[in-house]
Amino acid sequence: MGILEYLSANLPAIAPEIGLTILAMVILLVDSYRPDAKSNIGYLAAIVMALLAITPFIPGWSPAMGESSLKWGGMIRHDMLASIFKVMILFAGSITSLMAVKDSAVGQKGEFYLIITISTLGASLLAASADIVMLFVALETVSIPLYILAGFSHSDAGSAESGLKYFLFGSFASAILLYGLSLLFGFTGETQLTAIAASLTSSESILGTNILPALAALTLVIVGFGFKISAAPFHFWTPDVYEGAPTPVTAFISVASKAASFAVLMRFFIGVFPDAVQLDGQSVQAFWTGLITVMAVVSMTLGNVLALRQENMKRMLAYSSIAQAGYALVGVAALQSVDQAVMTSAISSVAFYMFMYTFSNLLVFAGVILFSEAAGTEKISEYAGMQRRSPWLAVTMTIGLLSLAGIPPAAGFFGKFFLFQAAVQANLAGLAIIGVLNSIVALYYYLLVIKIMWVDPGKDEDQAIKIPAPLAWTFGITTIVVLLLGVVPAPIIGWARDGAAAVAQAVTIGLP
Amino acid sequence: MGDASFSLIVAFTVFGILTLGGALGVILNRNLFRGTIWLMISLFGVAGHFVLLSAPFLAAVQVLVYIGAIAILFTFAVMLTRSLTQITDRFTRLWWNLGGAIVLFVVLVGAVIWPVWGGFTPGDDILFANVMSTTDLGIALVDRGSDLRQGFVLPFEVASLLLTAAMIGAIVIAREADDEEKGKRG
Repeated sequence: MGILEYLSANLPAIAPEIGLTILAMVILLVDSYRPDAKSNIGYLAAIVMALLAITPFIPGWSPAMGESSLKWGGMIRHDMLASIFKVMILFAGSITSLMAVKDSAVGQKGEFYLIITISTLGASLLAASADIVMLFVALETVSIPLYILAGFSHSDAGSAESGLKYFLFGSFASAILLYGLSLLFGFTGETQLTAIAASLTSSESILGTNILPALAALTLVIVGFGFKISAAPFHFWTPDVYEGAPTPVTAFISVASKAASFAVLMRFFIGVFPDAVQLDGQSVQAFWTGLITVMAVVSMTLGNVLALRQENMKRMLAYSSIAQAGYALVGVAALQSVDQAVMTSAISSVAFYMFMYTFSNLLVFAGVILFSEAAGTEKISEYAGMQRRSPWLAVTMTIGLLSLAGIPPAAGFFGKFFLFQAAVQANLAGLAIIGVLNSIVALYYYLLVIKIMWVDPGKDEDQAIKIPAPLAWTFGITTIVVLLLGVVPAPIIGWARDGAAAVAQAVTIGLP
Repeated sequence: MGDASFSLIVAFTVFGILTLGGALGVILNRNLFRGTIWLMISLFGVAGHFVLLSAPFLAAVQVLVYIGAIAILFTFAVMLTRSLTQITDRFTRLWWNLGGAIVLFVVLVGAVIWPVWGGFTPGDDILFANVMSTTDLGIALVDRGSDLRQGFVLPFEVASLLLTAAMIGAIVIAREADDEEKGKRG
């Protein structure tokens, strides 16, 4: 194969990443030549990232229906599942840049937009990774910029503390993950996910009669990912980091890195340890789905119960995000089925959930930014009287919170519906029931904020909150997406199903 | 026992003593700065083992990266945190230390040069049998195989972006707040 054919076959798979690299370089140049144009850099980053979200749809570049091919020497996959995650990650980067423009802590630093761009690039590659080397490099490209951003605010000691905590916990988790991955490489001599599975099942595999080392490696990997998606019991860093980091950074951490981690988590599990991998006559799949089920239950319950008692809005959203990770893990646990249709619905439900969660959470965080800038506080009790200070802010935040709670017509309802449906299809009805019960608990603290905003009298009610233009755009875009997904979920869930079907098919027929 | 294998045993013993002795020096020394020097000696011994194992490229990497870069970083870090290093008696017994350092230097240099170029000449077949040129190694790292089906070019390039972002971020965090910001904060 000539180099030109090679490039034309492989470049579309990383089109958004190439765009992001160019964007990063442009930001660096503009920042050094026009030191007074920080807000314009923010708009530039937001617009370019949003435009890059259409690259997966350009004819000839988009992956074909049912295709899940390996590109760049087996490093990444080019498929629709990668596309859907890339679209939500690019929008997360775009909207984060937009909402940061008016943030006093980070908005007037050009480097912020550069680092967000690189982190978005890492997340976008992570969602497509098919090789443990690529996976780890991409994961660090998401994480290390975020450690920096969490501690980005000079004027705030809480930000420095948050950055250091995030760095220590995150690097610890990366080390554990890397240890697990290196064990897998050591056992098989392969770095590509499906090649590891093939090597494990081959007759020469040194693990053919010994399942324990594989379980040890798998556990280490789950622990590492557990930190990244802030699932209990590996969630300790979440509240402190969410509270201390500048709010746009918190928003980005809560959506982009989490969405990409979920994508690669599913790719890893079904790539390396599908049902076909039997070691010593036992299925490894039963082991990891069991662990994921336990993590899902613990995350949902712990996150929701602890969120009930929070007084700081960002801490409340931190515990809420732990619970949301638990819901999404329900979908991952549903991968225990060997039926291709059920696997499809499990993968697509997680993809849809992360899609709707990205926009809902960004919507709520945009409200938190606006309110903190106007009122100088993040206490939930201070949200009282918001509807008289800014009705639009109250309306949009209500829609966001309802979506997180899972109430129609907001998108969260269908998000949870598809997840629990997949769980039931995979014979995990008990898990689905626990999920539903938890949603009822969660309703309390989301509705409490809504009640405070609309009913309670506030002390500064005569001071109207003005919504600046970038945040107005943020509210507009996210609200429309959240409502559209809640009313007509068919296009996105259909797209997710197509993508998931290709991945599930590759798993079920890919192995000997 | 032929000359070549005798030389190998001598070289192995010297490097083994350097590696283990250096490691002992690191953990037994209460002075962090001296511990760093001992670490360099230990790493140097490991580099020698790489030479004996017909991996001169790794030996070069060991010397350049570990002894050259990482150990120097350690030294900087130790010197920047001087209060922890009990470094007050640094300049006592200077001549004694200088003599020791020169002897050590001669031994270290001799220990590497002698087995490779001086003491025995085993020919290319023993020491340099499976050696790739640095260029070949680089190409193999980013792009294994002629059919372009396997290679690490993508993670390799992404790592460079990661390092750029990390470096810029580190500068932003470490930089003192500039006057404009200070003025804003009052």
